[in-house]
Amino acid sequence: MRVEFTVNGQLQQADDVWEGESLLYVLRERLGLPGSKNACEQGECGSCTVRLDGVPVCSCLVAAGQVEGREVVTVEGLADHAAQRSRGARACGTPLDEARAWQARGTDSGAGEGTPLSPVQQAFIDAGAVQCGFCTPGLLVAADEMLERNPDPSDADIREALSGNLCRCTGYEKIMDAVRLAAARQSEGV
Amino acid sequence: MEFLRPASWEEALAAKAEHPAAVPIAGGTDVMVEINFDHRRPEYLMDLNRIGDLYAWEVAGDTVRLGASVPYTRIMEELRAELPGLALASHTVASPQIRHRGGVGGNLGTASPAGDAHPALLAAGAEVEVESVRGARRIPIDDFYTGVKRNALEPDELIRAVHVKKAGGPQQYSKVGTRNAMVIAVCAFGIALHPGTRTVRTGIGSAAPTPVRARAAEEFLNAALEEGGFWDNGKIITPSVAKRFADLCAGACNPIDDVRGTAGYRRHAVGVMARRTLTWTWESYRGAGRTTEGAA
Repeated sequence: MRVEFTVNGQLQQADDVWEGESLLYVLRERLGLPGSKNACEQGECGSCTVRLDGVPVCSCLVAAGQVEGREVVTVEGLADHAAQRSRGARACGTPLDEARAWQARGTDSGAGEGTPLSPVQQAFIDAGAVQCGFCTPGLLVAADEMLERNPDPSDADIREALSGNLCRCTGYEKIMDAVRLAAARQSEGV
Repeated sequence: MEFLRPASWEEALAAKAEHPAAVPIAGGTDVMVEINFDHRRPEYLMDLNRIGDLYAWEVAGDTVRLGASVPYTRIMEELRAELPGLALASHTVASPQIRHRGGVGGNLGTASPAGDAHPALLAAGAEVEVESVRGARRIPIDDFYTGVKRNALEPDELIRAVHVKKAGGPQQYSKVGTRNAMVIAVCAFGIALHPGTRTVRTGIGSAAPTPVRARAAEEFLNAALEEGGFWDNGKIITPSVAKRFADLCAGACNPIDDVRGTAGYRRHAVGVMARRTLTWTWESYRGAGRTTEGAA
């Protein structure tokens, strides 16, 4: 079947979608957006977290057909999404080609320079919250959504918001640091 | 596989009548896992996300009519006053991502003994509103769970809503797991005080083939509370009464050994949760209802 939905602000079409396919599969294998990670396929790990109509969900638990006509934001569109939000404007979106070519290039010398990052992405780099990086996209989407809702989160708020995202490397402390950093920068308008 | 996308409740009922084997999907918490792991290949998958009615709730008189797909997030954030037991249970469901999509209808449809909502629904005395093209009916929660992952639905019926009385007294919910988020209950316990009828109801999860009430424990406690005039004098529950209640709750379990815990552990844990939640709710009842008497 064909599924038409908005991905990172732009209307996209996926063809030959099997009816039992997940949104995650459509994003990765049909639209070429591998940022959302495929790990547990049962909603346990949060690596595949995307925004569906604004709400963070596990894309492995959404049937492709359920997103027809709806809006999805993936980690590839996060920088644009955050930029539009801070400008108070409606996102014009990230074209599929750009999203496919998107790479994390922070402003620290090791990661290179160039592509703009969302504040939460930059904070993950600055705080050293990325080790193997597999859980990072899901954590970024979840953390960014929390900061949108709750600009001044307590540690308990952060832990709660990220409780559905597993990380096996970091022990979470650096991730906590990163989200605190992003919240602090956001409140200072940096 | 065919993907059915009814735009209204009536269309959904018609589709279910035509294809009784169609598997309804809303939050996808259970259905998508089965499909992802190739445990299930339904001939028809029926998306319920487009039916707005299922995402609405209304408070009419003393009852909340909760749409089957109202996400757990909304229940825990917006129905805490009306449905405190279910709100607490909702907060223990998996993770924010899952709570944004999943609702009570899915828990009931799957009817897993480990479903987090069941003990709260049993304790509150809910009714499940189901419908088919043949008509609607309400199934008392006590008659809903018929076996392991089996419920009282007919093949052509869909779950539309749950009717739960607004809490007339304190309610509590407790769940045992290895961590706070993302756990399937080792076992769970719900309790609701109903001062209007001077009764206490319970619900036990993950400790029997189906979610169950601890009926003998309820009967014992109701009699003990009545006999001692506890509802009026608001005295502290006697430790021996609490212990007997806990033992009877543990006795209501019929658990198995599995990867999450042994039968013996589950029985023990249910007893502990029963005693604790009884104390919490009763202290809350004493505190709220009778601020002076017996408070010392």
